[in-house]
Amino acid sequence: MHTGVEPPKGVWWKPAHKSEKVWVWVAFVWCMILFAMMPLWHWKGGQNPSGIRARVEPAAFQARTMEFIEQYQVGVDNGIPVVEPPPGSDIYMYGRMWAWEPVLKLKTNTEYVLHLSSLDLNHGFNLYPLNINFQIVPGYDYGLRITTSEAGDYRVICNEFCGVGHHLMVGRVIVEDGPEPFAGDDDPNVFKVKPIAANAGGDR
Amino acid sequence: MNGGFRTCPTTSLKVHRQADNLIKANAVVAVVALLVGGIAAILVLLTRWQVVHLLDATQFYRWLTIHGMNMLIFFIIFFEMAILYFAGPVLLNCRVPAPKIGWAAFLLMVVGTLMVEWTMFAGKADVLFTSYVPLKAHPAFYLGIILFAVGALIVCGIFFATLVVAKREKTYEGSMPLVAYGGLTAAIIAVITLVHGAAIYIPTFLWSIGIGNVDPQVYRMVWWGLGHSSQQINVAAMVAVWYLLGALTVGAVVINEKISRTAFVLYILFISMASAHHLLVDPGMGSAWKIVNTSYFMYMAVLASMIHGFTVPAGIEVGQRIRGFNKGMFEWLRRAPWGDPGFSSLVFSVIIFGFIGGITGVTFGTEQINIIAHNTLRIPGHFHATVVAGTAMAFMGVTYYVIPLIFRKKVAFWGLAKIQPYLFAIGMVLFSVTMTFAGSFGVPRRHWDITFTGAPFDVAFSPAVNLVIGVMAIGGLLAALGGAIFILCTVWSVFLGEKMDEGGPEYV
Repeated sequence: MHTGVEPPKGVWWKPAHKSEKVWVWVAFVWCMILFAMMPLWHWKGGQNPSGIRARVEPAAFQARTMEFIEQYQVGVDNGIPVVEPPPGSDIYMYGRMWAWEPVLKLKTNTEYVLHLSSLDLNHGFNLYPLNINFQIVPGYDYGLRITTSEAGDYRVICNEFCGVGHHLMVGRVIVEDGPEPFAGDDDPNVFKVKPIAANAGGDR
Repeated sequence: MNGGFRTCPTTSLKVHRQADNLIKANAVVAVVALLVGGIAAILVLLTRWQVVHLLDATQFYRWLTIHGMNMLIFFIIFFEMAILYFAGPVLLNCRVPAPKIGWAAFLLMVVGTLMVEWTMFAGKADVLFTSYVPLKAHPAFYLGIILFAVGALIVCGIFFATLVVAKREKTYEGSMPLVAYGGLTAAIIAVITLVHGAAIYIPTFLWSIGIGNVDPQVYRMVWWGLGHSSQQINVAAMVAVWYLLGALTVGAVVINEKISRTAFVLYILFISMASAHHLLVDPGMGSAWKIVNTSYFMYMAVLASMIHGFTVPAGIEVGQRIRGFNKGMFEWLRRAPWGDPGFSSLVFSVIIFGFIGGITGVTFGTEQINIIAHNTLRIPGHFHATVVAGTAMAFMGVTYYVIPLIFRKKVAFWGLAKIQPYLFAIGMVLFSVTMTFAGSFGVPRRHWDITFTGAPFDVAFSPAVNLVIGVMAIGGLLAALGGAIFILCTVWSVFLGEKMDEGGPEYV
């Protein structure tokens, strides 16, 4: 027997002790289970970060969002336009230094395609209190198919550093009662805003 | 004058004068960076603790940048350079090939470091550790990192050259020791890492002086090839130090060379792709890309850590039993040298790295769980358990052996040194666990004010957040105290400490 600082002499490619072999197999099988979990969850689960992805010029995304605001604006909240889009539509929100615009007013149990992008730096989209997070990268349109499942007054917190006013960057999403819940949807690409956040602590 | 070997009275290894000096120089700079990063840590911590909320927003992000760069780059990599000079020349009884180039590399790294420090302290690089484009820093920030990386790459080259020279000059018999093999793993991963670094920092530097453009998503992808892989250098170096500390403290044996070495190879093969887990909720990549990279490739590297997590403690047990501690199941553990800071650091490093750092890391690296963890305090909660309680603690532990073996000085304030790992471990456990909890409540990382003063909409975190952040602050301060004791012991020993041999070691 030698230590890790002594050069082993002769052939060191020797069979391992039984306990070590057992451990390597346990660890390997465990890693394979983890390996299988991610794709399985992706195909069978209801919450995935995959969406419709496209490159977009920040100016073009801003113009599209402005058009969207003009079309469906119902009010103003703290200087930020409030928009109530029809069910099933494409909805837009951009992050910029240091605001999320517009405020979205949605209905429960309704599907939308939520487009997120940034006009300047990287921003972090955190839907509070559900604690659901996406990286918002300038130049990329992150289109997420969402189903609103719970009414509530949500916040969008920026959680990627974006300069000295980073902490001011709070947006708002309001979800009001809509149609009755519909039967389960097996499309794995549907991002359901489910109350998994019950364990995320908030009691809003 | 510049050459010659001394024989280490403790290990009977032949130590080249240049190896001694290069280890000393790199280790000293590493500890200075640790001091700067540690001061920054306290300032950042006292700001995030909303009760104190010490710094203003600009200063907070500036000190956070200083904290990240000094800890994750300068402290760790300078220390790893010292480890490479130890794992190569010292363990193989070999001279340092091309010592002048070694000193040039050291100088390059110091110059790079000073450039980065200057830009950060002058407020010209408030871009945080990740410097995500299009956040822009002063060109000297990027250039400094490039120079530093080139220096580190040269040291890796000297390490590889040492292996060739040692083999050719037959300075050792048999195969290279496992610790040197671990050092080789770290050096290979370092080359992969630094190539990613060049691929991203050179275009970013050019962009900062007005040439060309860098796509923000491409930046994130390639940057993490550097940012995450550099943590794998840390892991490989840390595991090598685990085997080293085991050998030095209790004569731990390598229970099977084949298994341990294969596990090191797994790190090399699978770790670079694993950096994709930073991009799990990014818009630029599809699901297939994310799943393949983070799932298959990451778990094979996890397997390697799980193997070392078995073989290191098993080696300690067998080593202790050979030394006669054979009574019952646990005499080997009970009679272990718990008062030796090298040994207690080793044990805490293995346990905290595996159980807190490893488990949080593997779960957050899942596509779906990442949705509820990305950019929250869960992430720094995870990596403080791996890189601070794991890597930094192991490096601190081995420093208590570097001081007598390389600096030939007695460790000063031995009483304090004995309790240092305990303070640091308890502090880091409290800190990283509560930080993770705060993140699960949705508390963002890298954030100056979670009361959101002046924001258009209020955010009311659960009252529990105040409690966990309070405990986090206490844990952080305890760990900082442990870190301060470490710096006191090492700096005092090195510069004012009692010499082991009068007149200095003799090189012949």
